[in-house]
Amino acid sequence: MPTEFAFKDAAAKNAQGEFETEKMSLSMGPSHPSTHGVLRLQLELDGEIVTKADPVIGYLHRGDEKIAENMTYNQFVPYTDRLDYLAPLANNMAYAIAVEKLAKLEVPARCQAIRVITAEMARISAHLLGLGAFGIDVGAWTVFLYSFTEREKLYKLFEELTGARFTTSYTRIGGVARDVPEGWTGRVLEFCDQFLPRLEECLALLTRNKIFIDRTEGIGVISKEDAVAYGLTGPNLRASGVALDLRKDKPYSGYEQYDFDVAVGSRGDAYDRYLVRGEEMRQSVRIIRQAVAKFPAGKWYAEDARKIFAPPKDKVLTSMEELIQNFMIVTEGPQMPAGEVYFEAENPKGALGFYVVSKGGGVPWRLKIRAPSFCNLSILPKVCVGAMISDVVSILGSLDFVMGECDR
Amino acid sequence: MVEFYQALPLVVQGLLKGLAVILVIFPIAAACSMAERKVSAWIQGRPGPNRALPPFLAWVPGIWMLQRLGLFQLAADGAKFVFKEEPLPNHVNKLYFVLAPVIAMVPAFTTVTVVPFGAYLDPSGRVVPLVLANVDVGILAVFAVASLGIYALILAGWASNSKYPFLGGVRASAQLISYELSMTLSVLPVFLWINEPGSAGTLSLSKVVEFQSGTSGWAGAWFVFTMPVSALIFAIALFAETNRAPFDMPESESDLVGGFHTEYGAFKWSLFFVAEYANMIVGSAVFSLLFLGGWNLLPWFPLASLLGVLHHLTGWALWLYPITAAVVSIGIFLGKILFTLFVFMWVRWTVPRFRYDQVMRIGWQKLLPLSIANLIAYTIGIYFLQS
Repeated sequence: MPTEFAFKDAAAKNAQGEFETEKMSLSMGPSHPSTHGVLRLQLELDGEIVTKADPVIGYLHRGDEKIAENMTYNQFVPYTDRLDYLAPLANNMAYAIAVEKLAKLEVPARCQAIRVITAEMARISAHLLGLGAFGIDVGAWTVFLYSFTEREKLYKLFEELTGARFTTSYTRIGGVARDVPEGWTGRVLEFCDQFLPRLEECLALLTRNKIFIDRTEGIGVISKEDAVAYGLTGPNLRASGVALDLRKDKPYSGYEQYDFDVAVGSRGDAYDRYLVRGEEMRQSVRIIRQAVAKFPAGKWYAEDARKIFAPPKDKVLTSMEELIQNFMIVTEGPQMPAGEVYFEAENPKGALGFYVVSKGGGVPWRLKIRAPSFCNLSILPKVCVGAMISDVVSILGSLDFVMGECDR
Repeated sequence: MVEFYQALPLVVQGLLKGLAVILVIFPIAAACSMAERKVSAWIQGRPGPNRALPPFLAWVPGIWMLQRLGLFQLAADGAKFVFKEEPLPNHVNKLYFVLAPVIAMVPAFTTVTVVPFGAYLDPSGRVVPLVLANVDVGILAVFAVASLGIYALILAGWASNSKYPFLGGVRASAQLISYELSMTLSVLPVFLWINEPGSAGTLSLSKVVEFQSGTSGWAGAWFVFTMPVSALIFAIALFAETNRAPFDMPESESDLVGGFHTEYGAFKWSLFFVAEYANMIVGSAVFSLLFLGGWNLLPWFPLASLLGVLHHLTGWALWLYPITAAVVSIGIFLGKILFTLFVFMWVRWTVPRFRYDQVMRIGWQKLLPLSIANLIAYTIGIYFLQS
């Protein structure tokens, strides 16, 4: 374009009545109240309008995929807690199912039901935090505290079940660590009963709030095509109008027996993403109730998988065969056949995928994690352009990412 | 006592008044910060600060009540701000950086002096307002001095020589100027009303209260009932002028980290906060004086009537002492201020924050036309009422 070079310097340009404005670069993060962890956005600003946004990731990189190659399958379970650390139970389950697919192992119905209940509870917990953090991002602090009150009740239930509140490490390859405690499912139902009204109370603070709608409606619009092209999954994809839910489309762990609806948005803006998350929590409660209602009896681990799941402790201490079995699994790891498998589960943030390559033995040869937050963040340079600084915060809040998973 | 005070040189009198302002406003502002935490805790369903208790006081029976109220937390926080290391980043303009929090305090403390805070009955039964400096330009002085407060924010944002404070300073300057217009226009009907044509005009705040102290007809009604639109515009502009949520653009901690005070810490930071709360107190006081009838308990039931009724009921001459009237009026006025402050906090912890351009749009496209229309409507109405 020759006109661009018509003026030699800024003074000449100003003399012609044209403003020479300078772009400002602003580094948002890695320690910034609204980048939820350690995301860094390299923004280029024209006034308050963002003209370019460059996400810089990797501040929380721990090399989880490489670490996985140096330990047995079960030893990696705690590392999956730390991917999306807001829904560790769902990560545990996704990882366990991936490895079980490799071993072509079927877990009993009770184990599947336990996993579904815990995964849906984890989904509620993760979405509650997403909702609260989104509230803080647009300046509504009280929502955060309200949602944390509910999360606390969930954590009590997690603690009772797994012994840990946050990093649960509950599943094992071929089952779960232990059966549900006496009366635990009843307490889960009690939680569900009191949770729904509290959730509505929480959402009522935002859903029809004029300021909240002004801040989110039409902000960070992701079209259907873009959402698919950038590989978005989970609530962010569904808010754009694509009804993809792996629990419905490729059911695993017995999701096909439960009746629930997939929340789908229409415009793909921040407000839709908020609404979709709200609806997903209601659906999760529905699933939990059904799963508890037909909670199957039986074992919570695959009994016949003798080379994969360690036997119960009382048998290890009394029987020679089980002692050897336990010894082998602890020292050598669960014995897997050679092969490779890819499995994706519908996690709160999107499709969490594990690609496991095995050359036999108790250690994966290669383990690749497809992190939904990583893919969801890839659209940031596109949606942030043209937004104001405050909108960037709304967009980040509505995308609801976790850096632990993104950076791995 | 009063004679002794009036015999003092004027300079000493002025200094004493200044000292009184600092001694009153600082504790109230500090108490406000604790009230903010307690109110937010109450709204959010948590206990709030309730742990701090100095060990040497633990033996006092019943002290736990003060502990639960967070009184010692307040003292501990104050002490922390004083004794903490004063960070002075290397990249700042040192003079202006230190000056900014000081400048923030000046308008906040100066406006207090012209705000009447109570009244007493002189021997003839006339209500005389209590005010440190009874200037006739009352409201004008408040607006003129209060708008200087914005320089502190701009200066802080500029001197910090850092990007987030800079954006906060720019936002502050645009926002505060925009809302000042509507604020000033919204109070004009009040003064049009109280000034009869032909009489010597006044902008005095105590005259506004006097006008609302009638016992019947228009005179006793508080302006919040006769001018609801003015009161609404004034209240909204007050939120914007004191940088309170949902208009806290200059701070806006979710996108600008801390806005203009990002680089500040320790005592200098706390000065900004005392100034913010002092501004809120003055703003609430002016709102109470203009629209909520000042130190009158109820509409059409002014202070003099209240004292008369109390005297009639109990038969104590105590109610007719000037000092009693002063205490009662200050109490009523303080109650109104505290209520208004509570509304400030209530709003902050209930609604989300606007975006910067939305704030500007509300200011220029909604509030300003509304306040102009309101002014014209009341001008015509008052013209017919008074002629």
